[in-house]
Amino acid sequence: MLEVKGLSKAFGGLAAVDQVSLDVGAQEIVALIGPNGAGKTTLFACIAGFTRPDGGRVRFLGRDVMGLPPHRICARGIARTFQITQPFARLSVLENIMVGAYHTTRLRREATAQAVDVGRRVGLGRQLDMRADALTLAGRKRLELARALATRPKLLLLDEVMAGLNPIEVEEIVGIVRAIKDAGVVILLIEHVMQAVVSLAERVYVLSNGRIIASGSPTEIAGDPSVIEAYLGPGAAARLKQGRAHA
Amino acid sequence: MLTPEILFAGLINGLMAGGIYVLVAVGLTLIYGVLHIINFAHGSLLMLAMYAVFFLWRKPLGLDPYVALPIVTAGSFAFGYLIYRALIGHFSHGKDENILLITLGLSIIIDNAALFFFTGDTQTIDVAYAGRMLSLGPALVALPKLVSFAAALVICLLLGLFMTRTDMGKAIRAVAKERQGARLVGIDVEGVMAISYGIGVACLGAAACLLMPTFYVSPTSGYAFVLIAFTIVALGGMGSFKGALFGGLIIGVVESICGLWLGEQLGQIGIPLVFILVLLLRPTGLFGAAR
Amino acid sequence: MTRQGLIFTGPGVIALAAYPWVFRSNYAINVGFLILFAAYLGQTWNIAGGFAGQTSFGHVVFFGVGAYVSTILQTTYGVNAWIAWPFSALAGAFTGWLIGVLSYRAGLKGSYFALITLAVAEVGRIVANSVPITKGGLGILVRADPRAANFQFRDTVWFYYIALALCLLAMVIAWQLTRTRFGARLAAIRENEDAAQALGINSFREKVKCLTLSGALCGAGGTVYVQKYLYIDPSIAFGVDKSVEMLLVAMIGGAGTVLGPLIGSGVLHVIGELTRDLGNMLPGVSNAQPLSIIVYGAVLIAIVAWLPDGLMGLFRRRSKDGHHA
Repeated sequence: MLEVKGLSKAFGGLAAVDQVSLDVGAQEIVALIGPNGAGKTTLFACIAGFTRPDGGRVRFLGRDVMGLPPHRICARGIARTFQITQPFARLSVLENIMVGAYHTTRLRREATAQAVDVGRRVGLGRQLDMRADALTLAGRKRLELARALATRPKLLLLDEVMAGLNPIEVEEIVGIVRAIKDAGVVILLIEHVMQAVVSLAERVYVLSNGRIIASGSPTEIAGDPSVIEAYLGPGAAARLKQGRAHA
Repeated sequence: MLTPEILFAGLINGLMAGGIYVLVAVGLTLIYGVLHIINFAHGSLLMLAMYAVFFLWRKPLGLDPYVALPIVTAGSFAFGYLIYRALIGHFSHGKDENILLITLGLSIIIDNAALFFFTGDTQTIDVAYAGRMLSLGPALVALPKLVSFAAALVICLLLGLFMTRTDMGKAIRAVAKERQGARLVGIDVEGVMAISYGIGVACLGAAACLLMPTFYVSPTSGYAFVLIAFTIVALGGMGSFKGALFGGLIIGVVESICGLWLGEQLGQIGIPLVFILVLLLRPTGLFGAAR
Repeated sequence: MTRQGLIFTGPGVIALAAYPWVFRSNYAINVGFLILFAAYLGQTWNIAGGFAGQTSFGHVVFFGVGAYVSTILQTTYGVNAWIAWPFSALAGAFTGWLIGVLSYRAGLKGSYFALITLAVAEVGRIVANSVPITKGGLGILVRADPRAANFQFRDTVWFYYIALALCLLAMVIAWQLTRTRFGARLAAIRENEDAAQALGINSFREKVKCLTLSGALCGAGGTVYVQKYLYIDPSIAFGVDKSVEMLLVAMIGGAGTVLGPLIGSGVLHVIGELTRDLGNMLPGVSNAQPLSIIVYGAVLIAIVAWLPDGLMGLFRRRSKDGHHA
């Protein structure tokens, strides 16, 4: 459904994203991992229309979407969450979600009903009347998810939706994301929290210094030496192997 | 009919006025650069300083404005410092629209206090040498204008030396560049910000002394000046000294030429039009940093 | 609107309608007009500044354009004032649209947007001061012929009811913003424009629509002013004082609320009268008007510093309830 080919984006002299290609197919959850500063959020920003890539191609459902402004990307069926949550602070949780729901309907009654439904699905059912800025971090993450979900996307880009959550909260969100996938939404997620990646993703891409260095199932890439070295530094793979030999 | 002689005279007179505008703009751009505040009260404070020059000139004190320059400048610095400490400093950490509204409130208070206490009459001062003219090529320039122009540029030069050669100047530049870092190396950031605001207003004090010999003052002058100052700083680039220098001179000339070309009424349109065009086409100005 | 709101609306409207029958003096009715008219203009500012977060410092430009359009149509071209009225709204709408398209295309927001609106109003003032069709600084006097057909009334009470009608109309429009998709989108843009765009909102288009609507309503107000006072000049039409008044009225009451401008207008008027009366009591004071404006400036600072949600914000503070748009 989503085809990214040779995407590049440089800031000044630094290549944040360097010839990245990946794809996400129907009924999949794909994860994008990599050390900090690897370029993951920049990649999302390029796909979601917030940054204009320098080169490459992005196609969604067979149509070119590169260079479209964010609201048109949303119209094509791609919704995103933000790494640092961006709630509509002074609006209520319900009103926040309704903004997303209004993408598919112009009637207040329908938008309200849809928003209540989505709110319950992400577990905010009892906080719908709260001001968005009164939510805890976990609540705000759910709100990000709910808002994006309310636009009825075909593809959901989740940017570190688990960051800052404790293991119980992570489990809850994992369940919600799995339910979203089961409902037919394709998901591409950026994650650091490996618990979530392993539970959710069928395929994983690893990004380091702007380039894809590995891809495959979670087990495959966990054993991949280049992935280990991207996180732990050069020579780490060999040292780990030695360590295991001694154990 | 706009002959080359008239145009040349317009150019020269525009530059003369522009020199003083540079001083006004430097204060505004300093305040923005260090405090990240768009100081809407800038024009009102200039108007207040000009009234100070007027009252010092009146009997019984009878001080010539050029003589009064150090007094008014020092007084303006103190006033600006106090305003920062008492009012602006408390709110300088919020959304920048809010601080704009606060300085707007301040300008309203100052403008109307002036209206209340000084009445709406325009005031001018007469200095003995006001009538003396010098000829620069085909143009006749009033001596005070030339003196003011030179004085303004000298003051800017001195300010530039202050900013680069003295410890306080370096501290100010440090706070402007990186507030947290400055705090970490032990600079009293709040103090520096208050001093910077004071210096910004001191520039207005000096400009007031240089303007009064050839200008007039009334409570509504503040508003006119603030638009000019904003336009210069927008054109030159917010926070840029070089920008204030070029911007001030350019705007002085634009104002003068527009007045000649379109007449005294319609000629005023040059300044706001330049402002609008700069914001629409190149909001960072000539020398400003990218937003 | 909550059930509480509905209970108060009916009696509120009736009270406002009955006001001229209870307080019959010309003075009282005039005060009523001033408060309602300022509330109306404040509400037009509120639509852009409060609901959409587009703080403008130059809203008077719509008022001035509207005032001059209907006045020139009347005095120079002999058009009937009632017929000229919609053209004022149209002119205001066009001005709003133009400012919106140019400013938002250039990506201006926050302080830059506020300042460009100020500059546009200043351009309006200078043009009005310089072109023959507006009679320049002399201003235009409308010939007094107080007949209903001319949109002139001998009795001020008619203007009171027109102001009341306009004020109610603007409040209904504001109320609609709290319960429609358009209003929800404006609120989203106000709170976080990037997040709004990610949710499919074309923020450029919505902001332009908002400014056009605000401009139309404000322009219509310009006509009403001239029909009452039968005179307009560049400083009345484009002076910064009116921009500040509109802003202040909305912010005191609560920017982004339906009742805010009405409450703010009432409070501002009371503060102004009190200050003027106290000021006139001081020895040697002939005109205490500037004193009340000084107080306005102080009130503006106080609101921004301590009560950014205005007086309506005090009611909100009770619960953690969501801000109803």
